[in-house]
Amino acid sequence: MDSEFILSQADGRPMYLQIIEQIKRRISIGDWPAGHKLPSIREFAVSLRVSVITVKRAYQELESEGVITTQHGKGSFVSIDSQLDEQLREKDMNQHLVEAIKIAESLGLSEKEIKLRIEQLYRQSSKPKTTNQS
Amino acid sequence: MKDYDNSMAIQMRNVCKHYPHFDLQNISLELPKGSIMGFIGPNGAGKSTTIRILMGLVQQDSGIVNVLGNQMPTHQIAAKWDIGFASEDMRLYKNETIQWHMDYIKSIYPTWDTNYAKQLVKRFDLTRHQKVKGLSHGQRVKAGLLLMLARKPKLLLLDEPTTGLDPVARHEVINELMDVLLDEERSILFSSHNTQDVEQLSDEITFIDKGRIISSENKESYLEKWRRIRLEISSDKQLPSLTGMVEQRRSGTQAIITAKSFSENMAETYRNCGAHIHSIENMTLEEIFVSEVQSSRAFNSSLDAATTGDNMNKGAAA
Repeated sequence: MDSEFILSQADGRPMYLQIIEQIKRRISIGDWPAGHKLPSIREFAVSLRVSVITVKRAYQELESEGVITTQHGKGSFVSIDSQLDEQLREKDMNQHLVEAIKIAESLGLSEKEIKLRIEQLYRQSSKPKTTNQS
Repeated sequence: MKDYDNSMAIQMRNVCKHYPHFDLQNISLELPKGSIMGFIGPNGAGKSTTIRILMGLVQQDSGIVNVLGNQMPTHQIAAKWDIGFASEDMRLYKNETIQWHMDYIKSIYPTWDTNYAKQLVKRFDLTRHQKVKGLSHGQRVKAGLLLMLARKPKLLLLDEPTTGLDPVARHEVINELMDVLLDEERSILFSSHNTQDVEQLSDEITFIDKGRIISSENKESYLEKWRRIRLEISSDKQLPSLTGMVEQRRSGTQAIITAKSFSENMAETYRNCGAHIHSIENMTLEEIFVSEVQSSRAFNSSLDAATTGDNMNKGAAA
């Protein structure tokens, strides 16, 4: 389980953010369902070969986001919230879009041009589907 | 020490040591039990001297040193049962084998763990019946660490434990160090030039330069304070000099600012001055280390300049 977590120093992002992202991915793909017990901070740190304080910080942030809950003396668990996976993916998508907007702005694209670009790409990448959503 | 804190593996308060060409000045640091401290600084900064004081190998001129509840150097004999020390220049008997050394340490320390020692021989890829004189530098370092680790000391003091090791050996060593920390009662202080190792492993980071501690704190909050801000501002406009800004580099309309106590307010102030912020980036420990040393040296030399200037004025007055 833990061996599938890979932290990279070439990643550029702080270690705790990489841990958060990988835990969220675990949860969003359903590997860690609601109620799943997370490894203890110390065990996790030792298996990832990072400091305890880094994992502690990742857990604290996940807790404040409501992704996990910590019960004193029992450990940390994936929050029981059926909406969570979807919320996480939505948040993830928004982050990517915000990044894309930043890049577009630095290239000098206007809001209109960005929207146009998204529409073009959408048409290219998505296969014709029946749209049954209003 | 009256106010000795039982949750601390190491406590140093205002420790000074004078040498003819070097002064260790007012060293204060604390290492909570169960955690690992990375001790970094340029060559000759005072890392080894500090570690030797903790070991009782060097006696401080003043200040309080407490290691695992033992005041140093008075109670160094008691402390040493629980301290494991390893440095780059560990002396082993060159005509004896690794096994001979293992038996020797085992005969002294009742805490020696024979099974663990066997495992370490394997994990470190060593040969028990090889004589020390035939070992490579890396094998010698690993042998030294093995002899220390298998005693299961409560506190590990390591002076450059990964220096001169190839990447594979470095990983083997790091893995063993991390395993030590599974036990909440055991602690590690290690000095290193390798900021990457320190950034990855440490709970606490202590920077030392020219015998003085520049900063000593929890890694996460420390890294969180430093940022590099890239912004654009028309070349005729001035950027305010904000507290917490360490360096400002400008080239045309582009500016790069290094901040050591970053806050959103800082970014806001720049925006209000008409700057367009491109990015606010995290910094690696290596980058922080260089900035920290440079800014601390610049500050100290400006102090020196101020005092010399003062003396010159006095001289002129007299």
